[in-house]
Amino acid sequence: MDQATLRFIIQLAIIGFTFFMLINASALLVLAERKIMGFMQQRYGPYLVGPHGLLQPLADILKLLFKEELRPKGADKWLFTLAPIISVTAAFAAFAAVPWGGETTFFGLLDTPVKLGVADVNVAVLVVFAITSMGVYGIVLAGWSSNSKYSLLGGLRSSAQMISYELAYATALASVVMLAGSLSLRSVVDAQAGYWFGFIPRWYLFLQPLGFIIYMIAGVAETNRAPFDFPEAEQELVAGYNTEYSSVRFALFPQAEYINMTTMSAVATDLYLGGWHGPLLERWGLGWLWFLIKVGLILFAYIWVRWTVPRYRYDQLMQFGWKWLFPAAVLNLIATAAFILYFNA
Amino acid sequence: MIPLGHYLVVSAILFAIGTAGVFLRRNLITILLSIEIMLNAVNLSFVAFGRSHGTVDGQIITFFVMTVAAAEAAVGLGIVIALFRHRESLNPDAFTSLKW
Amino acid sequence: MPDTVLFYVFSAVAVGASLLVIGQRNPMYSIMLLIASFGALSALYIQLDAPFVAMAQIIVYAGAIMVLFLFVVMLLNAPQEDAAQWDRTHPLRRSGVGRFGAMLAALLTVQLVWALLRVSDASAVGARGDVAELTSVRSVGRVLFTDYVFAFEATSILILVAMVGAVVLAAREEKR
Repeated sequence: MDQATLRFIIQLAIIGFTFFMLINASALLVLAERKIMGFMQQRYGPYLVGPHGLLQPLADILKLLFKEELRPKGADKWLFTLAPIISVTAAFAAFAAVPWGGETTFFGLLDTPVKLGVADVNVAVLVVFAITSMGVYGIVLAGWSSNSKYSLLGGLRSSAQMISYELAYATALASVVMLAGSLSLRSVVDAQAGYWFGFIPRWYLFLQPLGFIIYMIAGVAETNRAPFDFPEAEQELVAGYNTEYSSVRFALFPQAEYINMTTMSAVATDLYLGGWHGPLLERWGLGWLWFLIKVGLILFAYIWVRWTVPRYRYDQLMQFGWKWLFPAAVLNLIATAAFILYFNA
Repeated sequence: MIPLGHYLVVSAILFAIGTAGVFLRRNLITILLSIEIMLNAVNLSFVAFGRSHGTVDGQIITFFVMTVAAAEAAVGLGIVIALFRHRESLNPDAFTSLKW
Repeated sequence: MPDTVLFYVFSAVAVGASLLVIGQRNPMYSIMLLIASFGALSALYIQLDAPFVAMAQIIVYAGAIMVLFLFVVMLLNAPQEDAAQWDRTHPLRRSGVGRFGAMLAALLTVQLVWALLRVSDASAVGARGDVAELTSVRSVGRVLFTDYVFAFEATSILILVAMVGAVVLAAREEKR
């Protein structure tokens, strides 16, 4: 087999592997959330299905698949089905521009190394941001097309929250891009290789602590997770924009939410935590294990925050986004620009 | 490779579709959408010409067109909301009280 | 060869979606179809070595302006039957006028296409210019902030004015 077809097959395999890992991530996150929530609340989570409850996601998915597919009578025929499709497509597509490993030749199988990641785009930061902002349509269409007041309110609130926090998110991204001098996520990660004084890794987390906090808060708000999950708050809005959904269409919404969480964590790892760079493992081409560990840590932080802090009220949430987070992000941007000019780095 | 004329033809067709929408539709929102189609056609033309000259100027003018389109859409929709509150109608023919 | 096929596919999607946009009764469907058209145009920009413009198109047009349109349509919620009736009673829809107009439009299209294909440079679009430099955001930024800096600053004031104007226009009148 010549190198060209081998390369083609390996790249297809990398794409398939990424997709497979994303689906696994959403299933495992369902389980992880319930187990961690259980341990934080001093009880076991699910532990009957499979050893220590490991097959619980399988049981959940089977249950959802066998439920009846309902559609309210006044619901818009096309948009009701289109909304979860948009949500989940945007969630998966956003991960396509995120690199999750360095270059590898698969132990000499290939002549030239292949990059680990679905696509290497030179404006990757913008691509991720653009596709994540398309996910808003899934929610607002779900809310509107369900022809129900809980759904409409939930959908409107959710989408207004998402577009408000996109500003702070984009400004935090801009600060990192200024430091790295490139919009390509691979270049941003490679700019974080190496160590200061031999042992402190050159992560942008240390150069941009405020930026990291802003990014994480905006990421939590973008994915509609607690403490910003008022639009799906069970106590107030039944279930928000996905009230009228059942079975498969419903299952796509939480899946889209978990994949969005994973994408946000992956981008945060690439931007602030040095991506796949770390001691030892890179020598054997296993940098992606470091990537996995760092993404796992951030996901754990997501779940931890959800079950620790109380929920924000909707107007408090919007005020925080516009009056506190966005000005802080702008200040961070100006400070970063001043820092770069002063040190001429 | 694709000749420049092909991109210009696509741009012209899109512009014509937008113009047709502005003339033929009697719904204020659809008229505004048709204006957006026209602006996009112009953007495509700018980028195609910029590429054919080998400079980035086409891309830069596109940013300004996009920004102006955003501002115009925001203000236009504000006007539509204000009008709707008066007449409860999105038909431009409902706002002809100043006509002779 | 694959470039040409992709160009035709994306152009067909853009033109077809735009045609459907102006033909739909329901403005929600029009908006979703227009987003599809913008996506196809974004792909055309990528083919023209303008990735930054392509992403800006998705972020600004498909991700922000269309969301604005969607919110307004949801807020106003005008009934659909009225919209269909308005279109039917349009003065330009009387049969003779309509046919004449369509014939003129077709004639103009044919003339335009013929002129464009004859007069414009038959060489490929990608002939001149350094691709690496054109696709880099750095060169876009450099030209934007040196040659076009006045337009840039004026546009920022324009956005501020538009923001204030939109808020004032759409504000509910205070009931005293």
